[in-house]
Amino acid sequence: MFRTQKYHAIQVDGGKCIGCTHCMKVCPTEAIRVKDGIAVITGERCVDCGDCMRVCPTEAFYLLQDDLSLIGRYKYRIALFPSVLPGQFPDHVNDDQIYGALLKIGFTHLFEVEQPIQWMVEAYRNYHATHGNSTPLISAFCPAIVRLIQIRYPSLIDKIMLINAPHDLAAHFAIESLKGQGINPEDTGIFYIAPCSAKIAAVKDPVGEKKSVVDGIINMHEIYNKVMSIVTDDPGVAEGGFREHLTREGILWSLPRGEARLFKRKSMAIDGIFNVVKMLEQMETGEIPEIGFLELRACDQGCAGGIMVSGNRFLTVERLDRRSRKFPHAANHPPELPFKADVLSRLVLDPIEPAHAFQLGKDRQTAMEKMAGINKLVKKLPALDCGACGAPNCHALAEDIVRGNAALTDCIFLRFKNENQDGNTGHSTLHSLEKIWGAGRFSTQIKTDEHESF
Amino acid sequence: MGIEQQYTVKGGDFSHAGSASSHVRKLLKQLEIAPEKIRRIVIALYEAEMNIVAHASSGIVRIFLEKDAIIMVLEDQGPGIPDIEQAMKEGFSTASRKVREMGFGAGMGLANMKRNADLLEITSTVRVGTTVRMTNYF
Repeated sequence: MFRTQKYHAIQVDGGKCIGCTHCMKVCPTEAIRVKDGIAVITGERCVDCGDCMRVCPTEAFYLLQDDLSLIGRYKYRIALFPSVLPGQFPDHVNDDQIYGALLKIGFTHLFEVEQPIQWMVEAYRNYHATHGNSTPLISAFCPAIVRLIQIRYPSLIDKIMLINAPHDLAAHFAIESLKGQGINPEDTGIFYIAPCSAKIAAVKDPVGEKKSVVDGIINMHEIYNKVMSIVTDDPGVAEGGFREHLTREGILWSLPRGEARLFKRKSMAIDGIFNVVKMLEQMETGEIPEIGFLELRACDQGCAGGIMVSGNRFLTVERLDRRSRKFPHAANHPPELPFKADVLSRLVLDPIEPAHAFQLGKDRQTAMEKMAGINKLVKKLPALDCGACGAPNCHALAEDIVRGNAALTDCIFLRFKNENQDGNTGHSTLHSLEKIWGAGRFSTQIKTDEHESF
Repeated sequence: MGIEQQYTVKGGDFSHAGSASSHVRKLLKQLEIAPEKIRRIVIALYEAEMNIVAHASSGIVRIFLEKDAIIMVLEDQGPGIPDIEQAMKEGFSTASRKVREMGFGAGMGLANMKRNADLLEITSTVRVGTTVRMTNYF
């Protein structure tokens, strides 16, 4: 399977984007450029980590997801949600109220995705037993990390464990459980309330899988708000069921060391995409840690720091830790069920192919010429990394120029220097700046007035 | 056409060691060279860089990138290697205790370079320095 990486869940609202440089500067894959006054994302490079959304001062990024009204099309409406959803609510809101409110929103069945985690644990252990020679095995749990490795660290692809994430396990588990109750899968809609952009992309356009089993993605912020208003109106709303297979290990799975704890001291857990990048770079240079398992998560504090998680990430971790202690350990939960083997077989991912998003040319000769070109250009540029050219730094501009996507005159410093030498007026400089930062950008400050608080 | 890069390596500067190999790795990735080939080049270069850091007072790394090969020349001012053949053996190490305590000097350096470089040539003069020349084909 070859993934072209065209799809990404994060989109820019041109009406809200003020074309500042915040997102462009933090993007870990240099996927963003400013053109015509708005941020443009290169699909091939975007890993959907969501860091751009975090720093945006005008909330100009939005996620491709489905409308909640979509659930109305199905007779049975299953909400799949990660434990970080209940983990966000203030202490006075309890599990029963959250579950009650979710039913009131319109779902008929609720399924916290980390429920059948013991089966996942078994899948990990089996994989480790048969692939022990390519350690450290890297978890495929965080889709942003899988994509990052796919486009930027292809030499480490063979370390990715080809095992699907808990939401897929939960979806298959839910379908099979309902089948057992005589419910036809044709009548069921499975809706995933995702904690982040990367999980959305993973469901909409999965890597290592032909098609995801999920029917729709619902915005977690929207669900959070709805649950909060329902429990505020009616504190008596409650539902005690749907949690029979929930375990301590399951609740902690998406938090730091949630997976790594299975492998005890022979594991390492790293959260935060820049921390992960450092480790992957080191591993590519041959400094491979002598451990069996690597848990890598793009968000600081794992999924508690997901871009769609409303609560404070540290409080969410603390609450989930407290909550987990009320549940039993995972061993023997869920019990052996007749559909276990079938569900486990569906967790196996296809081999992941590298997706070259950074190579310079089709053949090595062209690529080398371009590389020599970049080296030359970088020496001419001022090394300020100011971003005024619409690229995140001088090196990125040089790369854009040799790829034919930018011109040396996009650098305002070089242009200023040239014009002083040639005796030209500043008119063309303004014109070129307006092409990057939008017409009228430098005559008024209307767009930024509304955001003085930033 | 070729691309040339030059890096200086300071003896004893373990905290910055590996910058040449890390940079070369980034360059090679942009040329769409097979990951396994990149891995071997980078490991060989990293080991050679580490040898300068661990043993020499300073050194220069020169990289010549050609269409079908990369040539890596590392020249250091250092103690030199009295018996190259012996130094090539796995486990042979002259690293000081200080260096070993830092987790280096296990005697795998030259052996690793030999395993990962397509061509490896070492010339050395005791008390003057060592020159390592490695070539890997794409």
